[in-house]
Amino acid sequence: MNMDTLPARPQPHPSEESRPYWDALREHRLVFQQCAACGKLRHYPRPMCDACYSMQFTWHESSGRGSVQSWTIAHHPFHLAFKSLVPYALVTVDMEDGVRMHAPWRGAVATLTLGLPVRVVFEMVDDGLVLPAFSAAP
Amino acid sequence: MALHRSGVISGIGETRYSKVSGKSVLALHLEASLAAITDAGLSPKDIDGLIPYAGLGTVAEDYITNFGIEDLRFSAHTPLGGASPIAAVQCALAAVSSGICRHVLIPLARNGSSGGRISALMEEAPQFRAVGEFELPVGAFAPAQLYAPMARRHMELYGTTSRHFAEVAVTTRQHAILNGRAMMTKPMRIEDHQASRMIADPFRLFDCSLESDGGAAVVVSRADCARDLRQPPVAVLGIAEGHPDSPSAITQRADLIHIGLDKAAPRAFAMAGVRHADIDVAEIYDCFTYVVIRQLEALGFCARGEGGPFVASGALRLDGALPTNTHGGLLSQAHIGGLNHIVELVRQLRGEAGAAQVKDAKVGLVTGYGDMGDGSIAIMARA
Repeated sequence: MNMDTLPARPQPHPSEESRPYWDALREHRLVFQQCAACGKLRHYPRPMCDACYSMQFTWHESSGRGSVQSWTIAHHPFHLAFKSLVPYALVTVDMEDGVRMHAPWRGAVATLTLGLPVRVVFEMVDDGLVLPAFSAAP
Repeated sequence: MALHRSGVISGIGETRYSKVSGKSVLALHLEASLAAITDAGLSPKDIDGLIPYAGLGTVAEDYITNFGIEDLRFSAHTPLGGASPIAAVQCALAAVSSGICRHVLIPLARNGSSGGRISALMEEAPQFRAVGEFELPVGAFAPAQLYAPMARRHMELYGTTSRHFAEVAVTTRQHAILNGRAMMTKPMRIEDHQASRMIADPFRLFDCSLESDGGAAVVVSRADCARDLRQPPVAVLGIAEGHPDSPSAITQRADLIHIGLDKAAPRAFAMAGVRHADIDVAEIYDCFTYVVIRQLEALGFCARGEGGPFVASGALRLDGALPTNTHGGLLSQAHIGGLNHIVELVRQLRGEAGAAQVKDAKVGLVTGYGDMGDGSIAIMARA
């Protein structure tokens, strides 16, 4: 192994159910899976609605807004791909649409509190891979 | 209840715990297994049921081959991460009490220190598929990183502090020093914990369990088949497993700090027919200090949110209200997936726990926790 080369960031391997989520991120849109029968939103994408068991679904365009449920700050990289990024903060966010997100925090760590209003931002991290992140809502 | 006193732990076994075993994972499994079988006063050929830990590389065929078992009647896996060993005991009790078999071997061994690390697992194991696709790419995949938001929310909601976490680490280390088989034997003070480096805030290094090489095993026998064995049998009074909502992704759990043990503990206490005041000793799965605090709440030893002050009272110490992790746990003895917790509870109830023996320990409990919050619990007593 060439020791000069850090391993690549782990890539998502989209499923039939999740591909539209990743495709939308590339267009800087945040979408959540929505049951076509009863309308319940769900995340992460999966085949079945746990309210009515329908396997038909559509995609709901998120407002991108939410509030902080919790957070952590990664200091130890655990995976070499993240070695140059530590320390980095991750926030768990209650989206106002009713689902959760977990993504990097783009703001001052000292400002993090439960319930802090945040909004999604989009970041191209790799050729073609766009990931969500959060910053303070204006 | 059908499982109440249906079976006993008839034998326990351990290998040496170390950073580098120099042995194959299969050899460690067999060594721990043979020790447990011998402890019970059985021959390997008496084993007619097997529940190897899923995902650590051994299958029933390995034991049939190496032990020359002629008529294995039952084999299963209970894949609940660190909650697996006690879930395996429940599965074994169901098997022996229904007459399928008589003596079930439950081994767990790993080269968790010298062998591979866990990040590859997150992309491959089905129970981690959601984390692998949605959280690994943003940098959240190691257990410390995945459990940290639960701990942070607990701290923000209830005022739990890192010094509360430290109390768990320090007490557990004190017990490890008494154990004689523990990997960590250097005394730890609260200040040492507070000075240890941050891993995934709020978890410092001394909030995290060890990476260990080694193995442990127990034999579960049908109650009426264990009366004439070598050791005093330890009966299972109550047992249960519980799975949290959104079991594969903590971040998607409506109540972020809810765990499977919240569901399992009341069922196990009801089956056992004992009260909390009856519990003389507890071995509580301690992959992280916070996880001990949250489980104490789930078990009902204190109310939700009061786990921090509960441990700060000194309750977990040998002379405290609930002597806990008397062997040094995963934090300071070794990370043997919690099978070492079952072994220690049996030792305590036999009165063979040496310098860490809880005086007159008659009833005790052991918990498991794993795979994002699956929980398991067994309440045991001298039969």
